[in-house]
Amino acid sequence: MTGPLIEARGVTRILDGEVPTTLIAGVDMSVAPGEFLAITGPSGSGKSSLLYLLGLLDVPTSGEVIIAGHATSALDEDARARLRLETLGFVFQFHFLLPEFSALENVMLPMRALGRWPAERMQERAHEILASLGLAGHTHKRPDQMSGGQRQRVAIARALANDPLVVLADEPTGNLDTASTAQVIGILRDMIAGEAGKAVVVVTHDLGLAAQADRRINIIDGRVAVPDPSPVSDVTR
Amino acid sequence: MSGMRGLVFSIALTHIRARMRQTLVGVMGVAIGVGFSVMMAALMEGSQNDFVAQLVDSLPHISVTDEQREPPRQPADIVYDAAEIHGLTTRVLRPGIKNPFAIMAALEGWLPGTLAPSVQWKAVIRFAGRDTAASVTGIDPRREMNVSKLPTQIRSGSLDNLFKASNAIILGDGLAKKIGARVGNSIVVTAGSGNTISATVVALSHSGVSQVDDTQSYVLIKTGQILAGQTGLVNELRVKVRDVMQAREVARRIEAETGYKSVSWQEAHEDLLSAFQVRNIIMYTVVSAILMVASFGTYNIISTITHEKTRDIAIMKSLGFASRVIRQIFVVESMMIGVLGLLLGWVLGVCMTWGMGFIEIKSPFMDSTHLPVLYAPAHYVIAGLVALSASVIAGYFPARKAASLQPVEIIRGAS
Ligand SMILES: Nc1ncnc2c1ncn2[C@@H]1O[C@H](COP(=O)(O)OP(=O)(O)O)[C@@H](O)[C@H]1O
Ligand SMILES: [Mg+2]
Repeated sequence: MTGPLIEARGVTRILDGEVPTTLIAGVDMSVAPGEFLAITGPSGSGKSSLLYLLGLLDVPTSGEVIIAGHATSALDEDARARLRLETLGFVFQFHFLLPEFSALENVMLPMRALGRWPAERMQERAHEILASLGLAGHTHKRPDQMSGGQRQRVAIARALANDPLVVLADEPTGNLDTASTAQVIGILRDMIAGEAGKAVVVVTHDLGLAAQADRRINIIDGRVAVPDPSPVSDVTR
Repeated sequence: MSGMRGLVFSIALTHIRARMRQTLVGVMGVAIGVGFSVMMAALMEGSQNDFVAQLVDSLPHISVTDEQREPPRQPADIVYDAAEIHGLTTRVLRPGIKNPFAIMAALEGWLPGTLAPSVQWKAVIRFAGRDTAASVTGIDPRREMNVSKLPTQIRSGSLDNLFKASNAIILGDGLAKKIGARVGNSIVVTAGSGNTISATVVALSHSGVSQVDDTQSYVLIKTGQILAGQTGLVNELRVKVRDVMQAREVARRIEAETGYKSVSWQEAHEDLLSAFQVRNIIMYTVVSAILMVASFGTYNIISTITHEKTRDIAIMKSLGFASRVIRQIFVVESMMIGVLGLLLGWVLGVCMTWGMGFIEIKSPFMDSTHLPVLYAPAHYVIAGLVALSASVIAGYFPARKAASLQPVEIIRGAS
């Protein structure tokens, strides 16, 4: 894979209502393989909205989102869902785990929906991912039996379940203490370090997290702010 | 359990299990609906079958008589084709069936059943100064078993006793009681023709249908012919068909072949059978209503669950679950309630039907019996299918709504 994993071309999202609201206006950007990209910007600037569009959760009013070379504007809801299941993983600020299921079952959820592996392989894989995130002893706990940091790690494990090309995370450390935050950042970094051709996109206003990114896109009022700030890493490292 | 189907099933199960009490209420609703439907059908069809069985047992399936359906065409009408003639009636004097034994032989060639000849006459029976109107039927005891249950309905004696005395008579037990006659008594029978004989009561009959037992009496054909004053007279052929439901068609064919009025038990009781039809329409309406109301409960539960689970639905959709899968989850939940309900409903139905079978009914028209009930698998299958379809429909609408949810709206609100 040499081209961008995700590409946005002139993406605009206008919410229709009594007064139409422009969430995103003409954004052009791309996510390259191997990249840890941070999307920053003030609260309410449209960071989350952009992430939903990049992750096919929302449909642009105009413009095109291209995932691994596939144009998506003509796809119907189920086809977009399928593409999401196969190529993307989401982590939100809130863990969004299914409350009745154990950590293991939550991680297996996307695998079972995709059906790429036989049952034993899915189970094995879920155990592996959870163990790699330091949750080996917690696989049979339900979300309400775990701490906030543990729950968020389970959510990350679920995002990694189907071996996605890109993980999209929206303020993944927003609800976590400093120690857990460092751990989550480390996990996301490891994901791209471990396998070539993957990428992580993180929406954050946490400077510590943004500082770890390879590249930063600043969003203001639904647009990519210009001039593009120089890579943070140059300044901080 | 793995894969998509197992996943749908296990998610549905967790939703149901987390709401035990609500689920139980829903299951009870369906169970009561199915139970009562089954019980009602058992009672309705049971009593109907019982009634028809009594009717079919107590009367010939088909009665071929020497009567005509219309007054005979008059010579003037035949010649001029348009003559107007008033005041005609069917003939009062019974001509009898001509060549009854030739006709019987011809019918026996194709008839899906058996037949027996008889002589029917109205008479007045007198004993100890008491008079009462009665029907006298002249029969052939050896053939009677072919067409009626009479041989099994004889009390204090047997049908063959008719051979044991000259002018022997068997009285319906109600009739005997009315005039105070007992077996061995000698009674006087005066026929409509004016002929009078003295007859000996040799046995009593009891069919259980009081209308029959209060009016019927039986003699040998020969004795009946003496009463009628017409030797060789046979004015009725009674037919028993193997399949009672075929009686109407068989009667039509007999009438077409012999020219004699041939009345099936269905035709004789047309009014009664159409009353049954009305009853059945009422029953099916009520039963459908019960099962529909039961499915409202299911609709409510599934609706509630989809509302409570909005966030879970959003997350599943955001992970990439197809809408179809979300729909399946809630339809499966609804079917779980439906299936549990119908299984419990079947048990309930059997128990209630069984209980109903113990209720005794006393009727002035019949011997007292237990409430007749029918255990028909078809009732259970139909009630089950209706309940299950209603459950699927009840679950489908909230499921469709849940599946059309846009996850981004929920996630935006929660993040
Ligand atoms: N459903 C909605 N209706 C109206 N306005 C909305 C809706 N969703 C988001 N917005 C507005 O769109 C803007 C961008 O929101 P969002 O993408 O969540 O920003 P961020 O994630 O950068 O804080 C905000 O001003 C927000 O109030
Ligand atoms: Mg946001």
